[in-house]
Amino acid sequence: MDINLTLIGQSLAMFVFVWFCMKVVWPPLLGAIEERQKQIEEGLAAADKGQESLVRAAAEADDIVAGARTQATGILDQAHARANEIVTDGKSDGVKERDRQLSVAKAEIEQEANRAREELRGQVAAIAIASAEKILEREIDSKAHDDILSKLAQEL
Amino acid sequence: MAVEGGHGALTSDQYIAHHLQNLQVCRTETGEWIWNQCAGNPMTINVDSMFWSILLGVVFITLFSRAARKSSSGKPSKFQAAVEIIVGFVDGSVKDTFHGKSRLIAPLGLTIFVWVFLMNLMDLIPVDWIPLAAGTIGIPYMKVVPSTDVNVTFGMSISVFVLIIFYTIKNKGVKGFIGELTLHPIAPPTRGVGLIAAPFIIAFNFILESVALIAKPVSLSLRLFGNMFAGELIFILIAIMFSGHWLLGIGGGVLHLGWAIFHLLIVTLQAFIFMMLTIVYLSLASETH
Repeated sequence: MDINLTLIGQSLAMFVFVWFCMKVVWPPLLGAIEERQKQIEEGLAAADKGQESLVRAAAEADDIVAGARTQATGILDQAHARANEIVTDGKSDGVKERDRQLSVAKAEIEQEANRAREELRGQVAAIAIASAEKILEREIDSKAHDDILSKLAQEL
Repeated sequence: MAVEGGHGALTSDQYIAHHLQNLQVCRTETGEWIWNQCAGNPMTINVDSMFWSILLGVVFITLFSRAARKSSSGKPSKFQAAVEIIVGFVDGSVKDTFHGKSRLIAPLGLTIFVWVFLMNLMDLIPVDWIPLAAGTIGIPYMKVVPSTDVNVTFGMSISVFVLIIFYTIKNKGVKGFIGELTLHPIAPPTRGVGLIAAPFIIAFNFILESVALIAKPVSLSLRLFGNMFAGELIFILIAIMFSGHWLLGIGGGVLHLGWAIFHLLIVTLQAFIFMMLTIVYLSLASETH
């Protein structure tokens, strides 16, 4: 219980240890702690930012997909319309072609009929002349009566 | 059995007295240094207190400076994390209380906390182990808990006291320091008839404030000393039971365990209180009104 020199010794020891602690121990330890705190803070902020940009990217992707979808629908509609148009065009073309060919065929038939009629007429004229020759029993100068004959043939 | 330890049979009184005796070396009036004949001699050094106190201080500095050297802001090792918890705890306590800027106070708090904690922790080593070991190599006395030595606790609290006065003068000037001692709590009148009473009021204030100021280191050291001394004494008393009947010995074992667990709380708490009060006193000294 006596107060003695130990007191001074202890005080000196304490000053030495506190000084040591102040110089060697405290600054690097607290520096490391504060540095890490800053890193953690930055890490958390970066994570938040990443999360945010992820959300933004997702929204952007949704927008793009929706745009593509409407575009695709538009293209599909257009294609349908074009197809319908082509089908309609084809149909009308077909009808026109058919009509044309039909009229060509009709004209050809008419021509053929006319030609046959002409031929028939000529033959009838010939037959008529022959018949007349036979009736008249004399040869008609066909050259002299050609105009009559042709007129006759015309009248047939 | 413990009672027989090394010195032949002892009575309980002698056993306790032996455990409370420091290993001392002192300078006599004739100028020579002698061992253990030092009662009442102020030129005495308690060798065991100094040895254990400095050893534990070196343990503290070694452990923490190793952690500090290896410290990095990356992923900390387990040891570094443990050290950082203590440092962070002290730093938090200082920042809560002390609002000024000082490079000294936080390291001072850390040193006090860990050092006092380690010194108190020596109390949990069974009271006979180290004295017996020391006895076998011829050292007659060995008190292993430095904080049960009133010199050690006063040494620390007087260092704190010096710092309190240093900080007060540094932050408020000599005038502020004297003013703090004389102008509170009753402000002396500065004019009129009351001027006659002013010296008495100043004297009254001075007595009151001086007592308050001196009470700081005294209470700081006596609180720690009293708690640790009482704890040590109870461990010694329990240890006496081991030398009695074997039933008493078992009872002593149970008591020892219980007291050790409870003492663990006191050990930590006293270290914390010493640190906290130091910070509070120094922040009071730095505060400008």
